Amino acid sequence: MNRIDAKFKELKEKGVPAFIPFITAGDPNLDATRELILEFDRRGADMIELGVPYSDPIADGPVIQSSYYRALSSGIKFSDILELVRDVRKESQIPIVSMISQSILFKYGHKEFVKNAAKAGLDGATIPDLPIEEAEDIIETGKVEDFKVACFIAPTTTDDRVDLIVKKSQGFLYYISVVGITGSKNELNKEITTNIQKIKKATSLPVALGFGISTPEQARMAGRIADGVIVGSAIVREIEKHINQDCSVLVDKVGEFVGELVTSTKNQN
Amino acid sequence: MKTMTDNNINIAEAFYGQNIPDKSGHFGEYGGKFVPETLMPALEQLEREYLTAKDDPKFNEELKYYLNEYVGRPSPLYFARRLTEKLNGPKIYLKREDLNHTGAHKINNTMGQVLLAIRMGKKRIIAETGAGQHGVATATAAAMFGLECDVYMGEEDIRRQSLNVFRMKLLGANVIPVKTGSKTLKDATNEALRDWMSSVVNTHYIIGSVVGPHPYPVMVRDFQIVIGQEMREQIQSAEGRLPDYIIACVGGGSNAIGAFYPFIDDKDVKLIGVEAGGLGYDVGQHASTLSSGEKGVLHGSLSYVLQDDDGQTSPVHSISAGLDYPGVGPEHSYLKDIHRAEYVSVTDDEAVDAFSMCARLEGIIPALEASHAIAYMVKFAPTVDKDKIIILNLSGSGDKDSFEVASKLGIDL
Repeated sequence: MNRIDAKFKELKEKGVPAFIPFITAGDPNLDATRELILEFDRRGADMIELGVPYSDPIADGPVIQSSYYRALSSGIKFSDILELVRDVRKESQIPIVSMISQSILFKYGHKEFVKNAAKAGLDGATIPDLPIEEAEDIIETGKVEDFKVACFIAPTTTDDRVDLIVKKSQGFLYYISVVGITGSKNELNKEITTNIQKIKKATSLPVALGFGISTPEQARMAGRIADGVIVGSAIVREIEKHINQDCSVLVDKVGEFVGELVTSTKNQN
Repeated sequence: MKTMTDNNINIAEAFYGQNIPDKSGHFGEYGGKFVPETLMPALEQLEREYLTAKDDPKFNEELKYYLNEYVGRPSPLYFARRLTEKLNGPKIYLKREDLNHTGAHKINNTMGQVLLAIRMGKKRIIAETGAGQHGVATATAAAMFGLECDVYMGEEDIRRQSLNVFRMKLLGANVIPVKTGSKTLKDATNEALRDWMSSVVNTHYIIGSVVGPHPYPVMVRDFQIVIGQEMREQIQSAEGRLPDYIIACVGGGSNAIGAFYPFIDDKDVKLIGVEAGGLGYDVGQHASTLSSGEKGVLHGSLSYVLQDDDGQTSPVHSISAGLDYPGVGPEHSYLKDIHRAEYVSVTDDEAVDAFSMCARLEGIIPALEASHAIAYMVKFAPTVDKDKIIILNLSGSGDKDSFEVASKLGIDL
């Protein structure tokens, strides 16, 4: 069974939501990314969303865009990121889903991407600039290797689009909790609860909530209504804060923050 | 003056075939919609609204009114006698888009899109701009209709185009400096798209060229084909026949597609797009996307792009801020692949020489963007028979470029 499916199944049985931290591969360097993933695993994170840096992201906010620049300025290539995942797999079986722009995916080729990503130990991908109409090919290609292409739903998504998306998405659904870019708002919208309930009626796929969740308290609220909670910008900001310190200090500090988010997400009382 | 619905809008259908572009905006494999899910409903709304407006006589009448009475259309098709004599080749006509209100073709599109925004009930307009011509044209249309307007502009372009920045501010627009990446047009586009993702409910994003996700490439083209439609009538009345060549500069490609499109079925009319060759052929030195790029996805559509082996956008350079862009409209990629249009490039230096030449011979200071088209014509015309006719689309005025050219020539203003 795909690691993503297995994890959500396990958590569903336990009745607790998943906590999914996002980091950018190579920010500030690949060694740090490796250590961060292992640390997040130790701290109880359930899955990692691993950002593949891209020069011209449109779905990401300024915090994550800066992390992409930091990663790219060290000259890393997609092949280095696959190497990193292979390396992590020697020590950890935590599910890892990549977040990758269609720009890079297209250049790489869907078949090549899925084959190499799955072989390296990636379990799936989210592609923020690939709407469902254009996603058929990569989703089908993914199925061949049991590689999960998870799709997005936004508060602006119309009902007929929701129907289409829940039918096609693999592994889980990524619900964008604010209208806008990652990390831009500070509270959870009330409409979200209604929307998520609606989605859950239409599908048995787990629904993860992301975009704009930045504090342990927000993570707890999100965990109450969703099957998974994704935090990105707030963690990347924490990395940024400790960027000039030793790798071990950085990993420790960021790990501590992720630990708080995990605890808060899991303790719903 | 004609607007898009006066003639058959599907002029090129006979040549392209029935299903180009298809319903999701694909020109062959190019085009499409590659944007976050958040924006999809907005694009669908825009497409619906655009398709209705296109067939609504009231909308067309209103657009026509503003294009005639406010923009000053039709723009003249001027026989450039001295350029013709100097180059000693075919007859040269200049399509004077520089004489439009605000000094470029960009306003054809912004008038159309602002009217659409009003139809959709959106009170705020955002735009990206490179040379500032699109920003000025957007700010102008927004001012005229009393809409709030924010224009994203790269810091490097703000430096090169300070005059246009000042004009936008005079027109009541906010100019938001973009400090990320190369601080030019592509980065301004990223920021504008990002703004739109969180403001889509009350904001319309006016893309300035035939780039971006569907329906922009088709819609912006339709607002610009007035250029080619007028050319057609004007050259018929001046010469009693169609031209042999149409030459236009290509950054994103809106002025070029506007000039080319009404002639696509006329196979004897050769269409030539001129890209920015910058300082030379090395990566980072030019912006010749069609001449030396490859297929890729940028800013919401699949087209030719300048990118590295890993799919990261390559740095680009052009003396002309309006051409300094690593992508190009999907329809141009299609025209290139089906060999209906030819794409060439000229260098910064050649463009600056053409800029001066046009000023001295014709008393017209062309935009640096259009100077690229002129520069190619300067090389090309002498090789062509005298009984031929070239129309050059002079897409904008060069007043905005005075400082940049002066500094290139080592003159301190």
